[in-house]
Amino acid sequence: MKQKVRVAGGQGFWGDSLDAPRDQVERGQVDYLMLDYLAEVTMSILQKQKERDPSMGYARDFIGAMDSVLDAVTQRGVRVVANAGGVNPPACAAAVQSLAASRGVGDKVRIAVVTGDDLLERIDELLSAGHTLANMDTGEPLSTIRDRVLSANAYIGSEPIVEGLARGANVVITGRSTDTALTMAPLRHEFGWGATDWDKLAAGIVAGHIIECGAQCSGGNCLFDWRNIPDLENVGYPIAEAFPDGSFVITKHDNTGGIVSVPSVTEQLVYEMGDPTEYITPDVIADFTTIKLEQEGPNRVRVHGIGGRQATDKLKVSIAYRAGYKAVGTLVYSWPDALEKAQAADRILRQRLERLGLQFEQILTEYVGASATHGPLSGIATTTVERREIAGSPTAMGNGGDLPEVQLRVGVRGPDRGAVERFTREIAPLVLNGPPSATGFAGGRPKVEEIVAYWPALIDKRVVTTTVDIV
Amino acid sequence: MRIRLVDIAHARSGDKGDTANVGVIAMRREWYALLDKHLTRDAVARHFQGMITGTVQRFELPNLNALNFLLHGALDGGGTLSLKTDAQGKVYSTALLRMELEIPDEEARDAGLEAKEVTQ
Repeated sequence: MKQKVRVAGGQGFWGDSLDAPRDQVERGQVDYLMLDYLAEVTMSILQKQKERDPSMGYARDFIGAMDSVLDAVTQRGVRVVANAGGVNPPACAAAVQSLAASRGVGDKVRIAVVTGDDLLERIDELLSAGHTLANMDTGEPLSTIRDRVLSANAYIGSEPIVEGLARGANVVITGRSTDTALTMAPLRHEFGWGATDWDKLAAGIVAGHIIECGAQCSGGNCLFDWRNIPDLENVGYPIAEAFPDGSFVITKHDNTGGIVSVPSVTEQLVYEMGDPTEYITPDVIADFTTIKLEQEGPNRVRVHGIGGRQATDKLKVSIAYRAGYKAVGTLVYSWPDALEKAQAADRILRQRLERLGLQFEQILTEYVGASATHGPLSGIATTTVERREIAGSPTAMGNGGDLPEVQLRVGVRGPDRGAVERFTREIAPLVLNGPPSATGFAGGRPKVEEIVAYWPALIDKRVVTTTVDIV
Repeated sequence: MRIRLVDIAHARSGDKGDTANVGVIAMRREWYALLDKHLTRDAVARHFQGMITGTVQRFELPNLNALNFLLHGALDGGGTLSLKTDAQGKVYSTALLRMELEIPDEEARDAGLEAKEVTQ
């Protein structure tokens, strides 16, 4: 058994740095490369692709990433674990096999393909059997949106990934597994952790949570002392160096930028966290209030003491569904009185929409450069109510009279595509017909976007069976 | 003594549906006690009044010198539904750091806070 396993995070989301996977395997020694491609509604985008072309439905960028790390895999024993399979893990594996064959190393790539998470074809069967797939936030049953469902995938845990590795795969491709399982599974496999080793499984999950967002734990998006974080153009992606007892060190390769420190790792630990005592995964419930951190050396933070307890009997299901349309239009107004002009334009626009009889579920106006990020807390009053509250406040910037420019940003959302489309045509006329000093419209008419929304549900673990095929 | 939260803590925020979470981390271990005592759930709820449509929850992580706040109804529906610039709540962290805390002088001194941390 290895006494130390190094898992490198190489991708925080689909659209992350194209160089990170290669850099992680080339700039130092790692045992595993973990790549995360799936955001909440990515599956629905991939389903649409698969509908148009049955050989699609996986994250195509993964093939490029595999190309860039193929030597490390076939010559240096690096293993890759990725959820790039999307809604078509077999097609993803076939594409990887093709790539390997074309480079003459087809016999050196052994792929484990994990399926069973995709529940789209089983929804009616599950509903008839009494599983309501109710929305976890609102309690509504799935039947209310049944005809608008685009994808449905259960978040599966580490077991099938561990099986794939145990059966000798050096590339494991899953559909919708939990991001944290992508890191925990290699550790579980290498160290022989059992299904009830709660504390160790929890430690693996915490390691996964830390490295699953790429450089966001190694100096990226780090507020603490941000000006002194060096060389972010060369930021080092994180590596979890783990030990059989569940403790691990977060680090990065030498000669990379960024920083791995207690503050940088702590910021990532609290990211997207709910109740810290109950971080629920299919494998275990981790308690983030047990985590201990120490700076062990430059760019090395030791993490230990993690406790966990038995997992629930449910799996989370990620369902995506059609939820109407939206569009956002912007115009920039310049000094003098930039904010006032932008507000006048907003009033005119809303009057126009009303006069046209257009109905929306929501119209939202923001003033970028004044109050878009912090609302009334910015100290710039954009409504009468805010003006009352802010008047006399010590940090007030008043009515933003001196701002050099303000971007008026108006968004609409609703079930009627035609109404949203018509809204997009009401922005440009404001340049010639509305208040003065408008610019920043060269991007053209805003696009109407179909909204694909996220419906989180729970399902009994017993109704989901995963399969691991070796190709 | 009036203390600016941004001078004693750093933070990161994220999203879960229509909820923004803000993790607030004491810059020095000895300042966590101040956060625990004075950065109350109610104070944060008052701070965000008018900006969020739901309630606020608070959780403690003394092991990390941090507090975690859940701000419900903060993101105009969240995710792909949201029309906000900050649809994913990435800067609710800095919005929270705008808070000021009124701390008894002796407590502030015990925590090693000096007059320079006071708002001008």
